[in-house]
Amino acid sequence: MSTIASPAHGAVASVHGLATHLAAATGSGCTIDGVTGKITGLCTAKGSISLPVNYAALVPMLVLFGAALVVLLLSATMPKRPYTSPWPAVPGLWASITALAGIGTVVDGLVQWHDVGGSGVVPLALGDQLFYDHMTAFFVIMFGAATVLGALISDGYLVREGLDGPEPYVLMLACSAGAVLMAQAAGLISLFLGLEIMSISLYAMSAYHRKRAASGEAGLKYFVLGSFASAIFIYGAALIYGATGSTQYLNIISFLISNAVVHNGVLLAGMGLVIAGLAFKVAAVPFHFWAPDVYQGAPTPFVGYMAAVAKAGGFAGLLRVLMLALPTQASDWRPIIWGLATASVLFGSVLALAQSDLKRLLAYSSVSQAGYVLIGLQPGTTGGVTAVCFYLFTYTFMVIGTFAIVGVVQGRGEARNDLSSVRGLAARSPWLAASMLVLLLGQAGIPLTSGFLGKWVVIAAAINKGQYALGLIGMLGAAIAAFIYLRVALLMFMAPEPTTAVVDVEAPAMAYAGGDLQSIATAGLSGRDTVLVLRAPPASRLRVPTPTAAVVVICVAFTIFAGVSTPLLSLSHAITLPWYM
Amino acid sequence: MAFPILDVIILLPLGGAIALAALPRDRVAMSRRLGVGVAILELAFAIWMTVAFKAGNAHAGFQFTSHQSWIGPLGINWYVGVDGISLFLVAVTALLFPVAMASPRVERSPRAHLAWMLLLESACMATFLSLDAFLFFVAFEVTLVPGYFLIIGGDGPRRGYAASKFFLYTFAGSAFLFVGILSTYLLVTSHHVAGTNSSFDIISLARGATHLPLADQELLLGAFGLAFAVKMPLVPFHTWMPDAYTQAPTGASMVLAGILFKLGAYGILRWGIFLFPRAAIALAPVALTLAAIGIVWGCVVAAVQRDLKRLVAYGTVAGVGFIVIGLFGFTVQGITGGIVEMVNHGLSTGALFLVVGMVWERRRTFAFSELGGLQVAAPILGWVFMVVVLSDIGLPGLNGFIGEFLVLIGTFITHRWWAVVATGGVVLSAVYLLWAYQRVFHGPARAINAGVRDMTWAERAAIAPLLAGIVFIGVYPQPLLNRIQPAVNHLVAHLEQADPGFHIPSSGVGHANYAVPPDQVVPVVSASKVPGAHK
Repeated sequence: MSTIASPAHGAVASVHGLATHLAAATGSGCTIDGVTGKITGLCTAKGSISLPVNYAALVPMLVLFGAALVVLLLSATMPKRPYTSPWPAVPGLWASITALAGIGTVVDGLVQWHDVGGSGVVPLALGDQLFYDHMTAFFVIMFGAATVLGALISDGYLVREGLDGPEPYVLMLACSAGAVLMAQAAGLISLFLGLEIMSISLYAMSAYHRKRAASGEAGLKYFVLGSFASAIFIYGAALIYGATGSTQYLNIISFLISNAVVHNGVLLAGMGLVIAGLAFKVAAVPFHFWAPDVYQGAPTPFVGYMAAVAKAGGFAGLLRVLMLALPTQASDWRPIIWGLATASVLFGSVLALAQSDLKRLLAYSSVSQAGYVLIGLQPGTTGGVTAVCFYLFTYTFMVIGTFAIVGVVQGRGEARNDLSSVRGLAARSPWLAASMLVLLLGQAGIPLTSGFLGKWVVIAAAINKGQYALGLIGMLGAAIAAFIYLRVALLMFMAPEPTTAVVDVEAPAMAYAGGDLQSIATAGLSGRDTVLVLRAPPASRLRVPTPTAAVVVICVAFTIFAGVSTPLLSLSHAITLPWYM
Repeated sequence: MAFPILDVIILLPLGGAIALAALPRDRVAMSRRLGVGVAILELAFAIWMTVAFKAGNAHAGFQFTSHQSWIGPLGINWYVGVDGISLFLVAVTALLFPVAMASPRVERSPRAHLAWMLLLESACMATFLSLDAFLFFVAFEVTLVPGYFLIIGGDGPRRGYAASKFFLYTFAGSAFLFVGILSTYLLVTSHHVAGTNSSFDIISLARGATHLPLADQELLLGAFGLAFAVKMPLVPFHTWMPDAYTQAPTGASMVLAGILFKLGAYGILRWGIFLFPRAAIALAPVALTLAAIGIVWGCVVAAVQRDLKRLVAYGTVAGVGFIVIGLFGFTVQGITGGIVEMVNHGLSTGALFLVVGMVWERRRTFAFSELGGLQVAAPILGWVFMVVVLSDIGLPGLNGFIGEFLVLIGTFITHRWWAVVATGGVVLSAVYLLWAYQRVFHGPARAINAGVRDMTWAERAAIAPLLAGIVFIGVYPQPLLNRIQPAVNHLVAHLEQADPGFHIPSSGVGHANYAVPPDQVVPVVSASKVPGAHK
């Protein structure tokens, strides 16, 4: 397959498969000329009239939206804050419901994975609006896991900040449902629907910290720029519709295969705008400007959740659009993705070097991580799809775990977001520091972590398509990025920064004979045998809420597990977009 | 099924490191016992393996191999084995680690220090023993993490800077290795050479890689070589090294200088020259030139240092030059000499850093201006230092001589002028090392220097194994050579087969008329082979 010279030719070969596939499955629709590959008639899969709604495909969204409704209804039955009824006395009620819905989604994703395995099944559902295939199931599992992790780390944070309530969980559930829809979408309209559900939830979540001005600013910025990006996306979708006569991916490709589009300016403009709109969501350079401000201002656990879900949702959309709807234009979009990828990897890492705020630093690091996913997308091959899915799945765990720790370290009111907040973490809380170290090394791509394996498959996909320069730029970017993560790691293992000494007046001196006092200054205070004890404030042990600790353990364990074992890789290898090969 | 000795050698220190991490922080004595105990047990296994290793040309291939599927979808296997090239590197690693862990005192968090040391030992062993390119890369990269934390654990004022520099330089170099390995694998797989399967194992890659066009081979070797050159370090890429070695605590400097940089030299031999023989022959002048510059540069810069530890650190640059000169001479003697030099250098540099650390523990300074006349109060320390220095210089009867002699004679046959420059390096190394000895141990002793303590019995016990190795190799190198040579013969035969235009001059002893076992022969392209290439 790698010997095929032009992508268009490859696409023709593949659409043979597509059309016969569809024709066999539907018994009607399009016919295909075996020699030229021309398709006559529009390929429509199992008709929406003859088949009822395939609820199996809808279960994840039903579970997530259903849970959101349950949370809303339950909260409506309760008195306003401060709560007095016995119900909300159950600690973590909203988080528990959300996490349970997430677990349900994961389980359903696994069920779907086995359900969609049968051959000869056209992977379309709900009037051809949704895909029901391995990729859907994979992303469902991913978003379900992100929901569980996100809910668990939000609970401790919201309680600490005095913000606990049902609203963020409703938003989180809706956001996950929107992301699922993005991964399932079989057309640009469904994709846009999912995109907006996801984005609007995220705007509100970013602004949720009512007591911090930065949070409101983040929400507003995200909203204004995000709406702009959505508008760009929908305009691009309209142009594609104008050029091809459909918004459904499979119809777009069958049109492009069977018709030689000579003046394809409208199509290319539409493609460019759709890519730009989605690149905004995944925070790829040069559409990344919102990311540092939003990451800095938004509540920390939501940032972790957002970094995972918004990126994965955006990439799911990009994968489907580029690989299913526009494979014939691969020679046009591959250079665009090349540019986005290299710019994200390099600028993301370099700009992160200059940051002194931990969350901004991680924002830029997430920009460079988006670059790696784009490197996997760039070749436009099945191997690339596998790599992208694997990378996103592992990144979900790494980034949520990292932000879980940042949320703990920054303290009440997000008082300390600067880099020095992690200084001396190893002395204060060795296990937290060790966990952070694993997650940072994972993002840096050090072997025996999932991050390394992710970079390996992504760059293998690029090199397999002859993109040596892209692979090399990616790895050199990783070396720059490693410096960022090392800076944080170094600070964690440095001695705690000297703070103003606490002066205790205590007596008698002999009581401290066995202590570990740094310096004792005796002073004759009122003639009594007293000492002035100068010492650093006792290293306050960080209080880590149990759910957050569980999330950290899960994320670290998964980062190592997926880095040294096969299962996730095998899973992502089963994901193929069978229409284009 | 035979006892999986190599798996044990790789995994035992890893298990020890995990056990140490699980110990409570304040159990210092217990963690010391546990850590050093594991390292000594490891040494026992390594000795057993060295003794059980079969010498002779009939056993040129890999022994004690262990093959397990690891990451199936990517064609990655757990594939380890040992041959004459890696055998003694494993042995010297196993010897140096317990000494480095037991002897020098570590002030800050000894438990973490020992755990990182064991992790580093595990990674080094895996690097030497790996026969799968992916596994090799993983192990090669993983060494960075413990290396980083070992340097940070030192007491130098610039340790954070030095550790980051060490990490980033090698990580950037590894970027090329990463792309190189992937490209090799994918190119080899796409060529569908008969007899190859899509896996990262070294035989499979070598079969395919020798068929690649010369230009591809040169680019790939360049990528591999860049990563290894940073790790070794060869001269333009060496600037991380003096900082790292001087800021690290004694035990860490010993293994960083003694073992870690051998990973680069070993890598270029095993994964560079073996995979891309034609490119290696074509690019040999570049490597030789860099190495020759390194020898002269290292010696000159070492000679002008005002600090004992920096002097020793720059000396390792010269040592690396010798190894590379030997390896790229492409004669049996030269390559054998290069391997022996790697082993020697592990022993001598390890011992040198240990003694330098002892000087530090007594005087808390490395500055020559503060030292002097230590011989009066510490005669045994002085004599030990002298022996180690002489071994490094290459005095006949000590180990350094064997390696340097083989390197020079082997390379003189094929690349005369580089060997001549390298010979000059022998003289220069005598200059700076003897000079250092003179300035530290001789001359008038100031009051504070006259009162230093001589070596304790514990210190003598620690350095004794290293001295024993130094003398043993110097007096009776035959057991080493017997085990190393078959593998080198095989490698040279591989070189001659791969490049029909390449012959070792008749004055050399490097003809390819060795009895290579049929299953170890790497087949060559019959089309490009000129009949009668072998004389």
